[in-house]
Amino acid sequence: MQDPRADGPLLTSSEWQAVGASLVVGARAVAVGLPIAVAVAWLLARKRFPGRTLLDAIVHAPLVLPPVVVGYALLLVFGIQGPIGHWLDATLGTRLAFTSAGASLAAGVVAFPMMVRAIRLALEGIDPGLDLAARSLGARSLDRFFTVTFPLALPGIVAAAIVGFAACLGEFGAVITFAASIPGETQTLPLAIYAALQTPGGEQTALKLALVSLGVAVAALLAADALGRWARRWAAR
Amino acid sequence: MIEFDARTTIGEFRLDVSFHVPEVGTTVLFGSSGAGKSTVLALLAGALRPQSGRVVVGAEVFVDTGRAFHLPLEQRHLGWVFQDGRLFPHLTVRQNLEYGLRRRAPLGAAKIGWQRVLDVLGLGALVNRWPRDLSGGERQRVAIGRALLAQPRLLLMDEPLASLDVPRKREILELLASIGAEFSTPIVYVTHSVAELLRLADHVVLLERGRVAAQGPVAEIVGRGDTPLLAARGDAGAIVEAPIAAQYPERGTTMLTLGDAELQIPHVAGDVGRRVRLHVIASDVILATERPRAISVRNVLAATVSRLASRADGAVNVELALAGAHRLLATVTQEAVRELKLAPGLPVFALLKSVAIDAPAGTRLLEMA
Repeated sequence: MQDPRADGPLLTSSEWQAVGASLVVGARAVAVGLPIAVAVAWLLARKRFPGRTLLDAIVHAPLVLPPVVVGYALLLVFGIQGPIGHWLDATLGTRLAFTSAGASLAAGVVAFPMMVRAIRLALEGIDPGLDLAARSLGARSLDRFFTVTFPLALPGIVAAAIVGFAACLGEFGAVITFAASIPGETQTLPLAIYAALQTPGGEQTALKLALVSLGVAVAALLAADALGRWARRWAAR
Repeated sequence: MIEFDARTTIGEFRLDVSFHVPEVGTTVLFGSSGAGKSTVLALLAGALRPQSGRVVVGAEVFVDTGRAFHLPLEQRHLGWVFQDGRLFPHLTVRQNLEYGLRRRAPLGAAKIGWQRVLDVLGLGALVNRWPRDLSGGERQRVAIGRALLAQPRLLLMDEPLASLDVPRKREILELLASIGAEFSTPIVYVTHSVAELLRLADHVVLLERGRVAAQGPVAEIVGRGDTPLLAARGDAGAIVEAPIAAQYPERGTTMLTLGDAELQIPHVAGDVGRRVRLHVIASDVILATERPRAISVRNVLAATVSRLASRADGAVNVELALAGAHRLLATVTQEAVRELKLAPGLPVFALLKSVAIDAPAGTRLLEMA
């Protein structure tokens, strides 16, 4: 992720690399994780099925496990020797461990329960009677989801995306365990800050990256706040 | 014909309901809360499945547990008006109205047309507004319009007036009384309000603790002295539908033909021949065994006692048969029964102190007299 402003007055090219890697890892994790989070949240909020409690527990596990344990578990499953990792390597030639995609997976898994919770709250706030009304008007299941449930849950889904993105940017333990700290690829902002602090004379880089982290976090919080107000207006009408 | 026969258990509540009503006019499911009215409506709509039973509307089978058949709610072509309106909050009034129309009547093949619904329900000025900006009455009008535009073969209404204040109730009740005929759509209407029953019902299914206590045409059910819920009330009475015989606006009166007799009521607008629905409260009917003379009451009708029914409060409801298959109900004391020797078959005279005028069938509600 080379930037044209390499070694500019603000950030050096390697510092830009860390910013770029963070944004790519977070954006990809949210892009892939959000639809799954919507589906899981919908199942948990609206459906009663055997194994629902188990699904709920699995989804929430990364919230209570140390991130390093999550990263280690991912290595066991998605590493070259792991069942899924081996299969991916053999059939598609794709490797996740120690790659940028792997960093997204690790960050996404940790952020996933937060996204599910936000979406589930939004779904549970929708009057289930509206679904019945839509059925009586002839709308079938998918039709109802896209014309009633999804638009009404949209503020919550957007909020979930922002919360998830912010969580991915900040994720450390799971990413470094599963994807290591490869500059320009898996070395996101927190990993770059840590690496800079381990390097003699790296304090200035660490400080700059910390300030960038702060800026990104504040921007995300402001966006979440604005969307929250928009969501409340939406819900009140 | 709407044939409904279903049994189900919900927690402690057991429902075993069977009724047949015509597929025209308004059928009122009446009962106190907990009687099972809304459960019956949910079974009819398909939101609930009965443990056993058969539901048929016209030629279409909705449910037949014998054949393990259950037509999904979204394929039953119903309009369902809920107590709380349930407009989609993220859609404008126009989009709400179009929701069912688009799914049920593609290619402009709507039998119930957009403009007519807008006109009858007075929705023209509302189409570009959001549900949150509507008053309760406006919301309910939009909900009724949305259900009608879905081209329902049957319109289900679950206490649609319950969440409205009194003036709104009156306004929507006027509309409801006319839309069934206006759009020739049969209606199944759930309520625990006697006023709504008397105003809207052509047929009545009385529900009590999950069972049918009585069913039949409204005049038959309401005129009985022993119907649960209705007969024990202070305003128990009979419904009489009679055509206008003559108008005397200068005297402020209207004459109705009632069998071989005439009935004088306060002036009601309408052409001669138009039918007027009256509610004659049983405690406003006085009985005499001889035709009284020199009396201020204008309406003295010859009748025959058909049945006596004791009420829980000690009074007696006397069912009366009039010429022309009309019925009246009179509430008298047990002493009066003994002194007048009231018994089935006895010819009597019914003196009507006053009548509550409902409305000429199919027009707006009139002032109560």
